[in-house]
Amino acid sequence: MLRLELYKIFRRPRTYISFAIITAITFVIQLAMLVDGSSFMDFALQGVGEQFDIQGNVLNGYLVTYLILQSLLIHIPLLVALVAGDALAGEANLGTLRLLLTKPVSRAKLVLVKFAGSLLYTLLLLIWLAVVGLGLSLILFGDGDMINLKSDAFVMLLRDDIMWRYMAAFGFAALAMTSVAALALLLSAFADNSIGPIISTMGIIVVLTILSNLELPLFNIIKPYLLTTHMIGWKGFFDDPVPYEAIQHSAIVLLAYTILFVAITVLYFNKKDIKS
Amino acid sequence: MEHILEARQLTKTFGSFRAVDQLSFGIKPGDIYGFLGQNGAGKSTTLRMVLGLIYPDNGSVYIKGELLNNSSRKLLKHVGAIIERPDMYGYLSGRDNLKMFARISGSKVDSKRLDEVFTIVGLKGREQDKVRAYSQGMKQRLGIAIAMVHNPDLLILDEPTNGLDPQGIADMRQLILRLSKEFGKTILISSHLLYEIEQMATRMIIINRGKKIVEGPTRDLLRPEETLMEIDFLHNDAITSLMQRSEWGSVFVSGNETQAVVKMHPEQMPRLNNWLVANGAQVLEIRSKHSLEAYFLSLTNDTHAATGTV
Repeated sequence: MLRLELYKIFRRPRTYISFAIITAITFVIQLAMLVDGSSFMDFALQGVGEQFDIQGNVLNGYLVTYLILQSLLIHIPLLVALVAGDALAGEANLGTLRLLLTKPVSRAKLVLVKFAGSLLYTLLLLIWLAVVGLGLSLILFGDGDMINLKSDAFVMLLRDDIMWRYMAAFGFAALAMTSVAALALLLSAFADNSIGPIISTMGIIVVLTILSNLELPLFNIIKPYLLTTHMIGWKGFFDDPVPYEAIQHSAIVLLAYTILFVAITVLYFNKKDIKS
Repeated sequence: MEHILEARQLTKTFGSFRAVDQLSFGIKPGDIYGFLGQNGAGKSTTLRMVLGLIYPDNGSVYIKGELLNNSSRKLLKHVGAIIERPDMYGYLSGRDNLKMFARISGSKVDSKRLDEVFTIVGLKGREQDKVRAYSQGMKQRLGIAIAMVHNPDLLILDEPTNGLDPQGIADMRQLILRLSKEFGKTILISSHLLYEIEQMATRMIIINRGKKIVEGPTRDLLRPEETLMEIDFLHNDAITSLMQRSEWGSVFVSGNETQAVVKMHPEQMPRLNNWLVANGAQVLEIRSKHSLEAYFLSLTNDTHAATGTV
């Protein structure tokens, strides 16, 4: 059934919109850095340059990829929601859900297959991001030591110590996006039209991201429980030393949310009357 | 096993509206079972409960003698169904749709079987076209192909002639009869059109407001010796009340100033016509009324039941 689900996902033209968007944004950032990267670096390193003597290929593929990830990883949840939010509600809207459920397939299995399909789509999306983001940036800008500019510090990572960090960061991002896919699937089970769950997922992620970033005492209480607080845990891999404990905690929270969302989806969908 | 499908005391309420009310029926192997009711009578809700799409508030469904519930959905391998519209994946070809639903049905369907099914439903040569390019009739045919591809014993077809032109309806009827006679399928077919069911069904049930009105062999229920006839005449305030008080009162079903409905043998009609003319009626037209509404009238003499209003 999973093979059939993937067949459906990848035979649908709209699936490729996400890949096209990622490619377009990546190209735009890479083009901008090719054309005006040195000015950007001068601006970014002003202050730092006065205290440190920075030499070598600072504007390299690793740095450009980091900039791309910072720009894109906010938007990728929206792209994940396009497919996961459509998984059940889209079938209901199309009328094919009732045809599927007249077949001898358990509802729980159908939900799990839909989740697995969304998960594989998410992984492919991230792999594609790695190929066009990291791969192409390394080809265009070459490699070198990477400067991770933070608001209050900067971290210098040696060239040979970077690639594993990207692999780990992509792995963590996959977990974060899986939790988003699970949320979108849950909302999809409640709807008979995919627009609702897609927009709702986007809305929830946007609102939670804002709450995660607001430095107000009231929100500080709930921040540790917000999905979006933990979704940016991938950035920890570019610190030195890597805060493994915090990353592990975030990974557990994301995994717990994923399991919770999928479990609620299965329970709800098992009892749902199919009227579409 | 007496019944291939049996529904016992099915009841479903949506809010304060009781869509299906303690409905029981059984379908024997080999039946073409007509499931009749006007729009909104509860047909689709019943069929959805029979297929496990909607959960009944009360009652149960048995397929081949086994209770259907969430943990016994494997029983649905004995059933193929199209419910309401035949919706498929428009961006896939007919063949891809059929192949996919065949696999989901759990049967190992080879290319030969796909060809065979496309030939049976009359879509051979069009199977590679995208479904979004199919006409309504072709979609209905593909729906039947999807329902039967895994070779189930029972086909459930919900209003399969909906949206078809007269030729399409005739073709669909022939296909359904062929599936029964040539391929030995038991068929449950729902419709709101009595004449459609009459031409196919061996047994039938009529429901109204979620309740069973009547069930039995079609030939017994329709009693061809008595037909509902509609008589149109120029406006006449007195004629229908005169009819009711006359010897024709026993065949009178309903009427108003311009029309009367009677239930009688057609051979009696010339005599009634003469009586009407002799009593001052100017008869415009006499026609056999052969609809579900008329049949309700003949069963109940209840115009409210016939129109589905209160």
